[in-house]
Amino acid sequence: MDVPQNVRVRYFAALRESRGTNEEVIALAEPTTARSLYDRLFPKAGGGQIPVGFAVNGEQVPGSHLLVGGEEVIFLPPLGGG
Amino acid sequence: MAKAGQCGWVELVSETLDVPRLRALVAHPSAGAVLVFEGTTRDSFENECVRWLEYEAWPEGALRALGEIIEESEQRWPGLRCAIAHRLGRVDVGETSVVVALSGGHREEAYAASRFVIDTLKAKVPIWKREVMANGAHWKANPEGTPRMEEQ
Repeated sequence: MDVPQNVRVRYFAALRESRGTNEEVIALAEPTTARSLYDRLFPKAGGGQIPVGFAVNGEQVPGSHLLVGGEEVIFLPPLGGG
Repeated sequence: MAKAGQCGWVELVSETLDVPRLRALVAHPSAGAVLVFEGTTRDSFENECVRWLEYEAWPEGALRALGEIIEESEQRWPGLRCAIAHRLGRVDVGETSVVVALSGGHREEAYAASRFVIDTLKAKVPIWKREVMANGAHWKANPEGTPRMEEQ
């Protein structure tokens, strides 16, 4: 990619508390998988990384989904509804 | 309140759930069974005192997932009418956090569908729960709602 592209990341629950915001624009220097982006924002080092599912542009996707810029990304912590 | 499926309703609300209203949405003359399930805040978990629960949703994802549950239920049990309402924000002990109101021709489908809806909701709907205990708070996962750990 010649120009960094942005993704809009939305946070909920424990991730929202951890990140201190419910939404953020993140610049991608190159195409990145959803999983890699998550690891970058919530590093595994030191333990305590929450297992998540991924949603891109409203649809659930695997962690291997490649982000190229312009997407809305949501990390889904373990569910607690009902 | 949003329509879902053929005869269903879904909503996320921030105030006390109106159970009679939800029941009225699904009751009709052809129904031989009307079943209303309420999930309520329990005062304890594993011998620890719960003060209250808080719920948070990814709204678009949750409404879509609830709608899909309605659609699948209507396919499995033709003639079913179902309304699902989930409360967001603080839900005190004894108060209702979720209502699944439904009706069917007979009790067989009503009981089966009621179980299916709440079990699937707990596994699939992007809503999160924070338990506020006497000595702290934490986000609490449903056993059925943990994402599969993928290959790295």
